[in-house]
Amino acid sequence: MTTAQIELRHVSKTYEGVEEPAVKDLSLSVEPGEILVLVGPSGCGKSTTLRLINRMIEPSEGTIVYEGEDVTTVDPNKLRRRIGYVIQQVGLFPHRTIAENIATVPELLKWPKAKVAERIDELLELVGMDPEVYRDRYPSELSGGQAQRVGVARALGADPDVLLMDEPFGAIDPITRDRLQNEFLRLQSTLRKTIVFVTHDIDEAVKMGDRIAILREGSQIAQLDKPEVILAEPADEFVENFLGSGAILKSLTLKRVRDIDLDPLVVLRDPVHRGQALTALAESGSGYAVLVDRDNRPVCWINERSLNSSSELAKAGREISVQLQPEDTLQDALSAMLQSSSGHAVVVDGTGRYQGCCTIESLAHFVVGMGNGGTSLETTGRSA
Amino acid sequence: MDGLTSWWDFVSNRGDQVLTTVLETLTYVVTVTVAAGAVAITLGVVTRHRPFARDLSLAIASVFLTIPSLALFTIFIPLVGLGFAPSFIALFLYAILPILRNTTTGLAAVEPSVLESARGMGLTPTQVLLKVQLPLAWPVILAGVRVSALLTVGISAIATLVAGGGVGDFIKSGLARLPLPNSLESIWTGVILSLALALTIDIVLRGLGRLTARQPTRTV
Ligand SMILES: Nc1ncnc2c1ncn2[C@@H]1O[C@H](COP(=O)(O)OP(=O)(O)OP(=O)(O)O)[C@@H](O)[C@H]1O
Ligand SMILES: [Mg+2]
Repeated sequence: MTTAQIELRHVSKTYEGVEEPAVKDLSLSVEPGEILVLVGPSGCGKSTTLRLINRMIEPSEGTIVYEGEDVTTVDPNKLRRRIGYVIQQVGLFPHRTIAENIATVPELLKWPKAKVAERIDELLELVGMDPEVYRDRYPSELSGGQAQRVGVARALGADPDVLLMDEPFGAIDPITRDRLQNEFLRLQSTLRKTIVFVTHDIDEAVKMGDRIAILREGSQIAQLDKPEVILAEPADEFVENFLGSGAILKSLTLKRVRDIDLDPLVVLRDPVHRGQALTALAESGSGYAVLVDRDNRPVCWINERSLNSSSELAKAGREISVQLQPEDTLQDALSAMLQSSSGHAVVVDGTGRYQGCCTIESLAHFVVGMGNGGTSLETTGRSA
Repeated sequence: MDGLTSWWDFVSNRGDQVLTTVLETLTYVVTVTVAAGAVAITLGVVTRHRPFARDLSLAIASVFLTIPSLALFTIFIPLVGLGFAPSFIALFLYAILPILRNTTTGLAAVEPSVLESARGMGLTPTQVLLKVQLPLAWPVILAGVRVSALLTVGISAIATLVAGGGVGDFIKSGLARLPLPNSLESIWTGVILSLALALTIDIVLRGLGRLTARQPTRTV
């Protein structure tokens, strides 16, 4: 077992003039390179817990250990320079340019000027903003999404190992939020930072978390586990209620198309022998076959009617509106199936070659398997 | 037209006195604004996290401004004698409120999220003050400084009554000699010099504000 990056040991926090502690005897460890999501109802103490980690507030009791070192009594300002911090309102400095904002911590650490300038451009590119365009702008000249990107870049300024994020995408419209989440996950897959991520949105928690801590009043851990385990086996009624009714649908965002058994269906290639095709279709019972071209790329759906039509087969078939790739989530697969004229969703590999189909049966089979705590992950061969 | 030529004659015959009194008034403006600025900004900064102390100092500074100017100029004479000193003290007390009020307003207007992120990145309280709070409050503070400077130009005309000099000398001597020749010209000279000084100082301080303001003026 590796040493935890951050460890809270029996930490409590009671605010002045408040009877009940906001955080009550919390012990928690965060492993290197993971995204640990703290999620729970409003006022349960998520932000308080996060701010205890970088000592924005001092614990009333307990110890905070950072890379094996007790940091409960070190200079909090020095500690914070080693920990990135992103908040919902971003809090960019309005009187400083984007570049100057990003340079904040490197300058505090007295990095040489050239290195700081290089780092600014590197970070802007990392968060998908052209340094030439944005370097000298002021925060008031950014959209909400851009400001949040700069907030992340600024937090990464001096390349800290740890990022603390308090509802970073909370104030952003759903579409932009979705994009920022995806971008951030892509970033994290290369950065491998240790991240503590606070949200009150269970969907966001499931999407972002390697592990999720579901908290109740007083920052008490109701359940801490991988998202798929929490969704499949909620520890108690509180967790179940917090997950809401859509737990199974949520779990679909966790699994990829490549994780389930694809149905090969009946595959037809030009020239199609009508009689054989009709028999194969009747035998398969799915009602649809996939016509592929010479390179094994799907062309259209073929059913009995298109086989009986007098026109050319490629024209008589029904259009394939959406194609899935193995990396798409099962939620994507579900919506593709709902849109598809055949009720199935075609899956192709990166070069567009036919892999098989997602069917409601294959999805249902998978969901049932998940409920039993296990899934079969072997994939069957391709077309017959 | 007649009045204008006789006024011009009056002024051009007294070039030396004009220069002396203008310099005297300018001395009040500069010393008073600098002293009041230093005291008021420090007070605003020190009390920024202490609401009680802040409100108390604002209340005291407001009281000064309600004392009639003639009284405030004279009550210090027993202590410091006539001339520059009592005038300076009175003007100084008047000049505190605008700067103090704008300092506290400006500091309080800094977004909490900006302070949170500044602290979260490891800026010490002093760095937060110098790099974040004061720069952000600066335009508001400077507006207060400008008001104090203009206030000083206007009220310093009273200094002449406690032998403190300044362009008010022209007004006083004109009033004393009414309706003798040149008395009106003298009053006009005092008024016009006072206005010209106020205008110049206003322009200079606005320019200074523009030079030192770094953030774009448009709001978020
Ligand atoms: N500075 C403070 N002084 C007193 N009580 C506070 C303070 N900050 C938070 N609290 C209280 O502590 C509890 C936990 O607050 P906290 O901000 O950690 O909740 P949260 O889980 O982040 O909630 P939300 O989802 O609404 O952000 C709440 O009951 C809150 O009222
Ligand atoms: Mg919170």
